[in-house]
Amino acid sequence: MLDGLAAPLGYERRMSSPPPPVLSVELLTKSFGTLWAVDAISFHVSAGEIVGLLGPNGAGKTTTINMILGVLAPTSGDIHIQGIDIAKDRSGALEGANFAAVYAPLPGNLTVEQNLRVFGKIYEVGDLARRIDELLETYDLARYRKTKAGVLSSGEQTRLGLAKAMLNRPRLLLLDEPTASIDPSAARDIRAGIASLVEGGHCGVLWTSHNMYEVEAVCDRVLFLSHGRIVLEGDPKKLPGLHGAETLDDLFVNVANERPPKERAP
Amino acid sequence: MSRSRVSAVVLRILYLYRGSPQRVFPIFVWVVVDILLWGFLTRYLNSVSRAEVNFVPALLGAVLLWDFLTRAMQGVTMAFFEDVWSRNFLNFFATPLRTSEYLAGLVLAAVGSSLVSLAVMVVFARAAFGLSFLAYGTGLAPFLFVLFVTGIAFGVAAAGLVLRLGPSSEWLIWPIPMIVSPFAGVFYPVAVLPLWMRAIAAFLPPSYVFEGMRAVVRGSPTPWDRLAVGGGLAIAYLALACLFFMAMYRTAIRTGLIARYSAETVG
Repeated sequence: MLDGLAAPLGYERRMSSPPPPVLSVELLTKSFGTLWAVDAISFHVSAGEIVGLLGPNGAGKTTTINMILGVLAPTSGDIHIQGIDIAKDRSGALEGANFAAVYAPLPGNLTVEQNLRVFGKIYEVGDLARRIDELLETYDLARYRKTKAGVLSSGEQTRLGLAKAMLNRPRLLLLDEPTASIDPSAARDIRAGIASLVEGGHCGVLWTSHNMYEVEAVCDRVLFLSHGRIVLEGDPKKLPGLHGAETLDDLFVNVANERPPKERAP
Repeated sequence: MSRSRVSAVVLRILYLYRGSPQRVFPIFVWVVVDILLWGFLTRYLNSVSRAEVNFVPALLGAVLLWDFLTRAMQGVTMAFFEDVWSRNFLNFFATPLRTSEYLAGLVLAAVGSSLVSLAVMVVFARAAFGLSFLAYGTGLAPFLFVLFVTGIAFGVAAAGLVLRLGPSSEWLIWPIPMIVSPFAGVFYPVAVLPLWMRAIAAFLPPSYVFEGMRAVVRGSPTPWDRLAVGGGLAIAYLALACLFFMAMYRTAIRTGLIARYSAETVG
């Protein structure tokens, strides 16, 4: 560098190598007999972005999320969370991740506070009592602190699941239809909360939803999954125009109506 | 192994027991019912028998020791079933929790519940029928240890079986102690069994415990060599049971069974 010439602002940041993605999925495949539930998909999620995983029922979204969470072994392919190979160190990889899904409610026979304490200890959260207080406030659950999770309304249970998902301030957050049982007002608050979390650059989110309005409002990038394959990828605001559809909803319907590829041998 | 994660599994069980009398009740009630039933039976046998045998330690003592094994096994299986019934596998195993930590938590929970059960049986058997386990002093500890480890091994193996076969296989688990007891010589010397049953008894750690206890009650010294065989077998079975559970867990991860306990099958 010449004397007296300062590097332009941000130069060092641009020139240094980009941080590794919080989630990296390479040629991930899962077959059940002759059914290829997920077929050699590759994608990544970086810190500071929300990636939508879209597709009709049976497209392979939940199977993909289950493999990322280490509760389903891939047939082949690699998953790295913050650079840690989940096949080699599942526990270490999941320390920086968390998830919320409508089909995985927290144990109904524990109270809201007990659930958060048990999972807080699993994630080894420091100053757990304070963290629980913060989350009860954030997710409007303080008045249900001593209430059994099983008697909460579905919306309240969803908020509890989200509070659990935030316990360890995850670097990777997996959300499977996180606002499915929530009224529009609460859903808007939750979307805003997650968006602000991501804006700080701390966290990357993989988000599945059937609500295309929500996806368009929240996601920086979407992956359309159909019959286990990624068939489209891009900015949710631009994709419909690029593929001759008026809205993201229309594009979703077009993708859902696509015929499956010919079966292949396992 | 993370102590915090192990304590989380124990804490979950503790919360369940603390807030639920219906879970605490069985820890006491079966022990008390057995003491009453077998206590009066042994009193009656003592009154009608001309033999120089005190049936109280021989039968009531045996029943209580067998109850201890059963409580140890159920301590593990009940804690495991709580996760089956509340469909909690996906929540637990999609976290950094290791299977070894999960198993350690189940075993620690079983230690707690079986010790409470043991305390109840010692106090009640003494108060109601004058059976004093404490009279045997610390000499009783190795016998209890072998029974406890065997019970835990049964419990872990049973949990692995339910993990593999699904919640409906629960009915296979409850009769396990009852099925094993005729071979283990709980109430009679193994020598009275036919050869083929004796061959099976030789592989059951409790048979060494009950043979040893009968010898001690007769006034003979503790047969340490036989007890060591029982202890060795119990520890080997516990190791095998843990390996079996891990193998079933890996199968459940490969087939998607863990995720299917609470999620859609595919997609």
